Amino acid sequence: MSEQPQILFKYRTVPGYDNIDVYQKNEGYTALRKAIKMVPDDIINELKLSGLRGRGGAGFPTHIKWNGIPKNWDRPHYLVINADEGEPGTAKDREIMNLMPHMLVEGCIIASWAIRANNCYIYVRGEYMEPIASVRKAVEQAYAAGFLGKNILGTGFDLDITVHQGAGSYECGEESALMSSLMGERGMPRHKPPSAPLPVISGVWNSPTIINNVETIATVVPIINIGGAEYSKWGTERSKGTKLFTISGHVNKPANYEIVLGTPIRKMLEIAGGPLNGKPLKFLIPGGSSTPLLPATDQYLNLAMDYETMGANGTMLGSGGLMFFNEDVSVPKLMTRLMHFYAHESCGKCTPCREGTNWLTKIHDRIMAGGGRYEDLDLLLDICNNIGGRSFCALGDAAAMPIQGAMRFFRNEYEALIPKESLSKRVFTPLPIAGAVR
Amino acid sequence: MFSEEAKTQLDNLIKKYPKKKAALLPALWIAQEQYGGYVPPEALREVAEYLDLPPAEVEGVATFYTMYNKTPVGKYHIEVCHNIACMVVGADDLIEHIGDKLGIEKGDTTADRKFTLSGAECLGACANAPCLMIGPKYYENVTPELADKIVDELSRK
Repeated sequence: MSEQPQILFKYRTVPGYDNIDVYQKNEGYTALRKAIKMVPDDIINELKLSGLRGRGGAGFPTHIKWNGIPKNWDRPHYLVINADEGEPGTAKDREIMNLMPHMLVEGCIIASWAIRANNCYIYVRGEYMEPIASVRKAVEQAYAAGFLGKNILGTGFDLDITVHQGAGSYECGEESALMSSLMGERGMPRHKPPSAPLPVISGVWNSPTIINNVETIATVVPIINIGGAEYSKWGTERSKGTKLFTISGHVNKPANYEIVLGTPIRKMLEIAGGPLNGKPLKFLIPGGSSTPLLPATDQYLNLAMDYETMGANGTMLGSGGLMFFNEDVSVPKLMTRLMHFYAHESCGKCTPCREGTNWLTKIHDRIMAGGGRYEDLDLLLDICNNIGGRSFCALGDAAAMPIQGAMRFFRNEYEALIPKESLSKRVFTPLPIAGAVR
Repeated sequence: MFSEEAKTQLDNLIKKYPKKKAALLPALWIAQEQYGGYVPPEALREVAEYLDLPPAEVEGVATFYTMYNKTPVGKYHIEVCHNIACMVVGADDLIEHIGDKLGIEKGDTTADRKFTLSGAECLGACANAPCLMIGPKYYENVTPELADKIVDELSRK
């Protein structure tokens, strides 16, 4: 662990770090005192120097997002924190909220100052009742200490933070669905550019809104403390700094780890204690359940964990949910479980996702029950092609990508489940789709 | 009926948002608590009245989210994560084990209305799998032995 700098997790294990007193004794709220003396543009410039990219999954540069906030606009600005952590395999934001809630609160205040927002909403998934209690306590303590409320630190800047509890919907992690949900609606995605303006122009209540992931906002704190240039010394050319990874599955020490971007996957496996009981690994999922899997061979274990390398290998870094699976795991069985999940969580707004996830599930169930047909395999891929890039939001892609990954590397496992008599000459001929990748 | 305390809580909540409607999710949480762990039609009507919303809209929202129970659940709602990170380290066996112990199937409630057993989608504790939640509390790295202990303790309560 020694060569992995702990920028975010520096004081995580300090007892009582979720309390404001202990937090302040460990560099707590120093970044806020520094930032509040800076003009917003200078804060955004520090982020630019740091190279920080959104940690929620998309990896969009944070400074570009913040810089888009209108300079002269007569509507109130809002900061919304996406704490609807629901991507299977990802459990890092929960740790931030449980153990270091003040870092999130401090990040929220700095971000609100930089984007001139007087209201911040932290939208936490409904199941996270313990993290909600932890963040609520931190918010109360911050109010009592004068870091929130009216005239913060004598600057005349006012800010209120409200912790908002979701109610069980994976879809609400999608930013436009989250905003719908925050406004008291069903958690369904909204129109996106070019047919509608970006949230930064018109988000919640038709006002300029910045929406960021918990980890992104928490990372702003150490960046202001040490400076953007210092932060950017870690990582690769385009994937800067460190990132939290939830390493789970068949490893000896599953946990949340702060890892420098660009670290080889093999090294991460080592950090997580190696394969569980030494049993050989079969494959891995690099960034949460919706990112396509990779075989656990030397070729892929040697890959660097950063946005670009993962992208170049047909998968994604995603939200940092790195899962390892050993030989005991059947790929089609795992995918069946995953398809039930996506079909359950599809919000039902658009046809490709609502119908597609349902059919992917039914076909998987059929194959698992021994009634699979040979042409089912191509049918699965055809459905994926009809979901990917054709659904209203990324949930559709999230359901299609794992199947495409599984078929790329483990088609043989699916074939093995198809009854022999079905292995006839019957071939599935899909209708042509413009631009489809097969 | 909402208690006076719940109404005060709701009034304070409404002030935190620019539009009253935004308090709908929090209001449904309060309603679920007031009505003993689920939201019957009268709870939805009461929320609709309080927030000046059409009852159909409130029902539409309440039925969208899985955590608002539309039917009564047991005093202790055991929700075991069965998504992939938990599945590969024994979540399915764990659900079966708890079901056998309680004498019920997944999705059922015990005759004494004390326990409901459900499967849950990823609870976000993948690094400490398998996990389950009972009310607000998470239990992590749950072995069948630990599950027995948890159930036994709650049975005595």
